[in-house]
Amino acid sequence: MTIAWGSLGIVVLASLAFGVAVVALVAFALVGLSARQATTNGARAALSPAVGTAVAVVCLAAVAAIVGYGLWIIVS
Amino acid sequence: MDLTLIVVVVIVTALLFDFTNGFHDTANAMATSIATGALRPKTAVIIAGALNLVGAFLSVEVARTISSGLVDDTRITPVVIFAGLVGAILWNLLTWLLGLPSSSSHALFGGLIGATLVAAGTGAVHFGAVVTKVLLPAVISPVLAGVVALLATYLAYRVTATADDGTVRKGFKAGQIVSASMVALAHGTNDAQKTMGIITLTLITAGVLAPDSGPPFWVIASAGLAIALGTYMGGWRIIRTLGKRVSDIETPQGFAAETASTAVILASSHLGFALSTTQVATGAIFGAGAGRRLSTVRWGVAGQMALTWLVTLPAAAVVGAAAAWAASTGTAGTVIVAVVAVAVAVGIYAASRRRPVTAENVNDVPAATPAPAEQPIPA
Repeated sequence: MTIAWGSLGIVVLASLAFGVAVVALVAFALVGLSARQATTNGARAALSPAVGTAVAVVCLAAVAAIVGYGLWIIVS
Repeated sequence: MDLTLIVVVVIVTALLFDFTNGFHDTANAMATSIATGALRPKTAVIIAGALNLVGAFLSVEVARTISSGLVDDTRITPVVIFAGLVGAILWNLLTWLLGLPSSSSHALFGGLIGATLVAAGTGAVHFGAVVTKVLLPAVISPVLAGVVALLATYLAYRVTATADDGTVRKGFKAGQIVSASMVALAHGTNDAQKTMGIITLTLITAGVLAPDSGPPFWVIASAGLAIALGTYMGGWRIIRTLGKRVSDIETPQGFAAETASTAVILASSHLGFALSTTQVATGAIFGAGAGRRLSTVRWGVAGQMALTWLVTLPAAAVVGAAAAWAASTGTAGTVIVAVVAVAVAVGIYAASRRRPVTAENVNDVPAATPAPAEQPIPA
């Protein structure tokens, strides 16, 4: 009986890295988008609307790249 | 019994199993999205069904694991596979009636292993492969999904603690539509392949395909369609359990749970581990519940599920073994197994009609199990 520890290790690391990263990136994107909302509400935001939008775009682009990479691995 | 006839019977039975696998597992992808209101129930099952179909065409690694790994295909016959499928289908129907998210995969493996043990002895079961390809992932994957979901949920609440509530809620709700769709796709890549593997194994044992063959296109297409149709039917009882009885799930938790499930299932499918998507999704939902606050998780429900997980493989194996023993007596035995299986299935369906759970009442939980008070994690 041979246990493919290497493959199991890859599953564990990839799941941890991608699973946590995607959620964290979306959370940061929402913080960035909140800056625009805070301006509308008259509240004080940590980021300016422009910077917040830029952060959101970068984070969501990274999420799209991760999801696309995952799909590409499965299809290829 | 004529070999061609029994092969046809096994293929039809395998597709029936695939159908039960679909409606049993709709909850894996859509329970949290339905519970949080990110998707309407009917919309959710349409999306899940379509993506399961697409997923079925994306990979055949798991199908190969099943068709050439768990049992010695030179020592079993299509009748043995039929008996194994009967065990799996009956266990799936019983757990569906009880609203328990048990593993369709373990029911399938259990039924097949039990039938093979009776028909061909212990030497025909590759116990090493069972441990490395089935049992080990079964232990590791729900824990892994739970840890990923817990960390992700904790981070999601921490990071967005000072952000605008409306933006956060809408953002995670939109994210849930994508993440639930990804779970449905991942489910198709993993679970549809199990039926493909069984049909391929049948064709190998009947001499239609060469040993170590992959599934032909018509097998991939029919398995994909069967699981998609089953998914569309929606296993509302299990959706209610996972969406409402485990914990009161909010959109960040639903998104984290589904993302964790997707990551674990896709990574495992790619490397040929035939894990249980049900256990992964359930582990992730518990992790997401605990990530907000441990006390929001109903641990009694967790205990029930853990018990079901433990008995699924042996219980399906016992039914599969009994069916194989009866079927081994000849054509009459095989017919009796089929008639008894249909009678039990009809009885379970009739029992389910007494307290039907549908798309309309899936989110209505009995008042006897109130949710603990919500306590967000402080920033």
